[in-house]
Amino acid sequence: MKPFAYARPSDVAEAVREVAAEPNAVFLGGGTNLVDHLKLGVARPDLVVDVRTLTSREITDTGDGGLLVGAAVSNSELAADRRVRERWPVLTQALLAGANGQLRNLATVGGNPLQRTRCVYFQDVTTACNKRAPGSGCSAIGGYTRYHAILGASEQCIATHPSDMAVALTALDAVVHTEGPRGARTIPFGELHRLPGDDPSRDTVLEHGELVTAVELPPLEMARRSTYRKVRDRASYAFALVSVAAAVDLADDGTVRDARVALGGVAHTPWRATRAEEVLRGRRLTDDTARAAAEAELADAVPQPGIDGGNAFKVPLVARTLTAALRILTGREG
Amino acid sequence: MTELLEPRAMGRDLVRRDGVRKVRGTATYAFETPVESPAFCHPLQATVARGRITAVDTTAAEALDGVLAVVTHENAERLASTDDAELAVLQSPEVAFRGQPIGVVVAETSELARQAADLVRVTYDEQPHDSVLSADRGDLYAPEKVNPGYDTDTVQGDVDAELAASAVRVEQTYATAMVHNNPLEPHASTALWDAADGGKLTLWDSTQGVHPDRKAVCSLFGLDLERVQVVCPYVGGGFGSKGTPHANVVLVAMAARALPGRAVKLALTRQQMFTMAGYRTPTIQRMQLGADRDGRIRALALDVVEQTSRIKEFAEQTGVPARMMYTAAARRTTHRLAALDVPVPSWFRAPGECPGMFGPEVAMDELAHALGMDPVELRIRNEPDRDPETGQPWSSRHLVECLREGAERFGWAGRDPRPGVRREDGWLVGTGMASSVYPTMRQAQSTATVRFEDGRYVVEIGAADLGTGAWTVLPQIAADALDADVDDVEVRIGDTRYPIASVAGGSSGTNTWGSAIVEAARQFRGKFGRRPEDGDEAQGSVDQAATDDEHATYAFGAQFVEARVHADTGEVRVPRLLGVFACGRIVNPRTARSQFIGGMTMGLSMALHENSAWDARIGQVANHDLAEYHVTVNADVGDVQAHWIDEHDPYVNAMGIKGIGEIGIVGTAAAVVNAVFHATGVRVRHLPVTLDKILPGLP
Ligand SMILES: Cc1cc2nc3c(=O)[nH]c(=O)nc-3n(C[C@H](O)[C@H](O)[C@H](O)COP(=O)(O)OP(=O)(O)OC[C@H]3O[C@@H](n4cnc5c(N)ncnc54)[C@H](O)[C@@H]3O)c2cc1C
Ligand code: SF4
Repeated sequence: MKPFAYARPSDVAEAVREVAAEPNAVFLGGGTNLVDHLKLGVARPDLVVDVRTLTSREITDTGDGGLLVGAAVSNSELAADRRVRERWPVLTQALLAGANGQLRNLATVGGNPLQRTRCVYFQDVTTACNKRAPGSGCSAIGGYTRYHAILGASEQCIATHPSDMAVALTALDAVVHTEGPRGARTIPFGELHRLPGDDPSRDTVLEHGELVTAVELPPLEMARRSTYRKVRDRASYAFALVSVAAAVDLADDGTVRDARVALGGVAHTPWRATRAEEVLRGRRLTDDTARAAAEAELADAVPQPGIDGGNAFKVPLVARTLTAALRILTGREG
Repeated sequence: MTELLEPRAMGRDLVRRDGVRKVRGTATYAFETPVESPAFCHPLQATVARGRITAVDTTAAEALDGVLAVVTHENAERLASTDDAELAVLQSPEVAFRGQPIGVVVAETSELARQAADLVRVTYDEQPHDSVLSADRGDLYAPEKVNPGYDTDTVQGDVDAELAASAVRVEQTYATAMVHNNPLEPHASTALWDAADGGKLTLWDSTQGVHPDRKAVCSLFGLDLERVQVVCPYVGGGFGSKGTPHANVVLVAMAARALPGRAVKLALTRQQMFTMAGYRTPTIQRMQLGADRDGRIRALALDVVEQTSRIKEFAEQTGVPARMMYTAAARRTTHRLAALDVPVPSWFRAPGECPGMFGPEVAMDELAHALGMDPVELRIRNEPDRDPETGQPWSSRHLVECLREGAERFGWAGRDPRPGVRREDGWLVGTGMASSVYPTMRQAQSTATVRFEDGRYVVEIGAADLGTGAWTVLPQIAADALDADVDDVEVRIGDTRYPIASVAGGSSGTNTWGSAIVEAARQFRGKFGRRPEDGDEAQGSVDQAATDDEHATYAFGAQFVEARVHADTGEVRVPRLLGVFACGRIVNPRTARSQFIGGMTMGLSMALHENSAWDARIGQVANHDLAEYHVTVNADVGDVQAHWIDEHDPYVNAMGIKGIGEIGIVGTAAAVVNAVFHATGVRVRHLPVTLDKILPGLP
């Protein structure tokens, strides 16, 4: 823990300016992740810029059937929104599968996708971690890997992204609106997070001082038939071992016209399962199709050995969870 | 045999006397003790698992405005006693485990103390460490005794011969995980050293016993008992981890003595709870069971391997319940320890019985399955009429009644024994059961004072209420002992100002303190009759551990579980837990039920969730906070029912009570494993039962 200055600028532009001007500055949303990191010494900023009251707290219709969700909207408010519940149930389910009621009341739409990995070594400053202290090594490799990646990891970092909401947003082709030192831009949600490669210190493509101002949900008719299936180590209040966000567009004969699938708990990013989607398209939705889709997606999976047997169980678990999720969508008995 | 008290107040479900204060937030816990301008402590901890500190640089920390002291082994006072290596902190540069306290920073605010702690630079001469527990280590050793004084090994008859002659055998290895006590209130204290008049320490400490706590502190610092007062009216959970003081108490007392006249506060962070507050050792249990076709056990052997720390021995008595639970023609129990570079293990709810009723109770289920016999029936067939270990008669043993009533209430009859054949909405469904046991113990020493004050009876005893209900049940006992109305009785506890009382541990508190209160009431009535005068006062004591050494005294129980396992994902849910217990007389059904269902819930937590993931490369628990170390949460807990049978035991004590604080956690995990087997056909022998262990066995 170290002292820091705290600023509460009056608008977005000023907030961006303040953070951009100070290399060691951070934005503060609901604080449910950042404040923990301040206490643990994982985050050691000189300046904390509170943006909770700067971005929008509104969820507005975009006119084309989509929604624009202000970055200051709480996770609870978003989950409860009637439009979201009806048109994008996967998002409500993902939000409600995360954390607990108190945390969701505080957590913001801007902060949630930017929460950092739950890798236990990342959170413990007495251990080596390339993400927290670049070049120090990765303690997770060969260690406690239960919550770590099986896809897209690097030799520098095998962490996973912990957000449930982000998995749903990935499947829904959401769009992130930002305001940065170089102006405003939009980023397809699937391009927001990055794989660790040889620079695991960066979770996303956001630049320093770039503020998330809103998340846009484009219209997606098939999302009405969507679900979020999260598998965790206890019934509630735990991060995903594996999760699946799925939406399908089914023809009358049960053939998949189109599908959206994203996976959580498997990679440094919420993982858009494009290979699985490809397999699903044009086929009838059966357990065999689901398994084939998962197999295609996991062809390059690399399980991590480690304490208590490592995380090889995630490979069959992804397939089984996808099967369960798709069963829910077709209303087939379990 | 003792004359049992006539129960008038006892047996009533009176509300908690401290309940309103707790709900309103006016009950002060140790850290919240209102004191003038307190200073705050933050411990420094070793970041190597074994080695020697070669240098400590505190310059930057001390330079911070508001830092009052940085105490390390270089400047710490020398303790009067260093016999207990866990408590002899800051006495040398040696590091025995990662996370061991190596200093304490005291500052004007807790944030500042934490910041300053970050700035202390420590260099080590790191040595190779070894913290991997396994049953095939070459250096396992037999401790002289296992806790708190049981024989390490026992042998009766020829186990190998009986095993060879058995028609059916179960030979399996079971394991329980390393688990850490995480009471909601962490270990916390406020301490004030008043230097005047030779010095006096006041310690507001979250402890399971103010008197044992004081005794330990006095011997560490070489102080007479009169120079230390320990105060603890309320405890936010202890479960054994506050049964003996840990290093945090030494640190806070040292900090207070370094700053005479200034109150100091120290609360462990959640992460520190995983290094300083004790834990239950992981256990490896090799079980051998052999039986005749009719289910009669011929051979029963349990060989336990567990760990202790290199600097202090703690030998969990895991093999002990297997010595008395069931009949067997031949029996063997052994304990072997590995002394590792790990934090010091300590008391955890139902030490011995809780892990020790895991392997054997799962093995009984495996035996029942192999015999094609109902597991309830198998236990009944092996019911001993005397304690198999000592040959003593039971003071009372109603296990069979618990099993029968539990089966009845749970709806066990007609259970299809085949595993893996019931499926509802995608969930595989099964049921399982196990027995519970806990010894009835009375501690050696407690004294109570009864005084007549303003028309009421005031009872004083330095006992502790950990949330268990002592504030409420002791007045009930006192009222009956005095033959007075319970509303006319006030009981004062939680302060060394009051007479000596034993630790709240081993489910012995109510038994021990209640016995002292009964004796004090007798003395009082004997001296002053039924019409006392204001100020009349008498004391009574217990001064030996047990009054009855002719009987084996135990509480028993039976637990029944319904488990559901998701056929796709292997997720486990336990919608139903039902326990029936025989624990003597129940003083207060309301507080007792909380104890039972709390214990059972903790047993569920042990079964499904709790697991300190030990990273042997660095020598620490990797998942050391409550987001990553899982305890059972509300959504995991379904219908939990605790019932008890009316048990009359004239041998245990004047109240006719046995302990109830720990038995609820005993057997639950085995019952869950047995239910998961019945649901899926997958036998998980290594706790906790996580989905990765089930998945390979699912279709
Ligand atoms: C015990 C526990 C359990 C949890 N369980 C789950 C779970 O199961 N699933 C799950 O998904 N989550 C879980 N969470 C995490 C929780 O969802 C996140 O902490 C929360 O969503 C973060 O949002 P926030 O607004 O509080 O972010 P903050 O803590 O305020 O910020 C998080 C990060 O985002 C940055 N930031 C914040 N707002 C902006 C912005 N507008 N623009 C740019 N950067 C910004 C901050 O600088 C910081 O780096 C859990 C958290 C806890 C403590
Ligand atoms: S996995 Fe990534 S976050 Fe975890 S220790 Fe390795 S580098 Fe750090």
